[in-house]
Amino acid sequence: MTHMPANDLPRPIYLDYQATTPCDPRVVEVMLPYFTEKFGNPHSRNHMYGWEAEEAVEKARAQVGAIIGASDKEIIFTSGATESNNLAIKGVAQFYKEKKNHIITVVTEHKCVLDTCRHLELDGFEVTYLPVKTDGLIDLDQLKSAIKDTTVLVSVMAVNNEIGVIQPMHEIGAICRAAGVFFHTDCAQAVGKIPLDVDAMNIDLMSISGHKIYGPKGIGALYVRRKPRVRLMAQINGGGQERGMRSGTLATPLCAGIGEACRIAQAEMEAEAKRLTALRDRFLKIVMSGLPQVYVNGHLDKRIPGNLNLSFAFVEGEGLMMAVKELAVSSGSACTSASLEPSYVLRALGLEAEMAHTSLRIGLGRTTTEAEVDIAASLLVERVTKLRAFSPLWEMAEAGIDIKSIQWAEH
Amino acid sequence: MSYSDKVIDHFENPRNVGSLNKDDAHVGTGLVGAPACGDVMRLQIQVSPEGIIEDAKFKTFGCGSAIASSSLVTEWVKGKTLDEASSIKNTDIAQHLALPPVKIHCSVLAEDAIKAAITDYKTKHGPAKNGEAAQ
Repeated sequence: MTHMPANDLPRPIYLDYQATTPCDPRVVEVMLPYFTEKFGNPHSRNHMYGWEAEEAVEKARAQVGAIIGASDKEIIFTSGATESNNLAIKGVAQFYKEKKNHIITVVTEHKCVLDTCRHLELDGFEVTYLPVKTDGLIDLDQLKSAIKDTTVLVSVMAVNNEIGVIQPMHEIGAICRAAGVFFHTDCAQAVGKIPLDVDAMNIDLMSISGHKIYGPKGIGALYVRRKPRVRLMAQINGGGQERGMRSGTLATPLCAGIGEACRIAQAEMEAEAKRLTALRDRFLKIVMSGLPQVYVNGHLDKRIPGNLNLSFAFVEGEGLMMAVKELAVSSGSACTSASLEPSYVLRALGLEAEMAHTSLRIGLGRTTTEAEVDIAASLLVERVTKLRAFSPLWEMAEAGIDIKSIQWAEH
Repeated sequence: MSYSDKVIDHFENPRNVGSLNKDDAHVGTGLVGAPACGDVMRLQIQVSPEGIIEDAKFKTFGCGSAIASSSLVTEWVKGKTLDEASSIKNTDIAQHLALPPVKIHCSVLAEDAIKAAITDYKTKHGPAKNGEAAQ
């Protein structure tokens, strides 16, 4: 078997920034001293080693809070957005379970939210999974009518990881506040990409990831509102760190890293959003002018600048990824998942399975250049054309045969 | 997912891509799979009066392993009798291409495509294989 890429091969152009991002060198620089000379335990109160580590952690806490309009006292460090989502949803559900037992979420949430909710269902909680419209956004009237007396929490992601669409955060927050229901949002894909303000948006809990914002992997944060206070049942018990909500010694270098990553993202967000929007439009223009029958999945405008999710009709996504091995992208095709089911997010938009199989997610980010966009988009045009020439479905479509009129033997 | 060298070779240099005239009496066409499942293979064989497969063509919508499996079987069936071709097993295809377990269905589909093409050819020629149809 061949393992790619060998060291002597040129590295593919990275266009998968919703999967992860490289650590910004400025972030690494801030982190480094806390691995070696400043190695103290931030919870050691008795000596300078502890104090300097604590100072770094608290500075980072303030930086994380600043990018979402929160106070440092409302930020809990975790191991990542998956843990934050678990802590927020299970923590609230378990703490308030004597009074309320109903949770509302959305079918297109990240697996770690959906799986957490499934787990709570097994424990006797009731969960409503809201559908999305064909553009990937929820219907606010459906949200309103799903809230009932027993509803304790609404969990809606700000930005979807596959299609990049932005949910109406202000409106959702207002509905939740008026109904007296906590609003949790998974902002792993939103922080640093779009302006967020926990007060203006009435957000009670927010999950944040380090490695999606050019920070290190292995760290995340959870915003937990203090006024009005949100209470959680801790999921990890121990020494009572993080206000008792998440025990365990903090990883000082990782905390410093996510803090610096937030600082940079906040300072550069506006200019970077403009740059990425221009690059994305350029990418789309090259693809659309070079190929017929390409479709954008999810709302094109209510979307973060660095995301495109395209269906290339009659070309299977994994085959396409293999054909563009010069690019590092991802696909919603079944073949890329262990389940052999195409993307549940794309299916939730009402996309036919055959179109979900032809999708590609293209993520642009901080190191993406105009030259890379030109190479990548032109390459896609060339390879999709080549694969369509192999595709019996393309031949049928060209001949005017409706593939839906054929009796396929689904296997 | 990493691919074997043979899969990469067939994917990058597919053999016998194309179409034969499906209305030709000497041509058998097999169309298997489903777009909703992410793979569709069309395998066509051209059979000589002596019952030998003289030519084979394919078009496939699918992942790299599906394209490689169909490319491989077009090579394998050429020069074979119908009986020999129908004895090709998916396990032979999977083994030759070193397909991982999640890709075994691609080889199953390729075997089905051969059988479907042979069945189509035989149907054109009647159950008793009574020589040439009208042409």
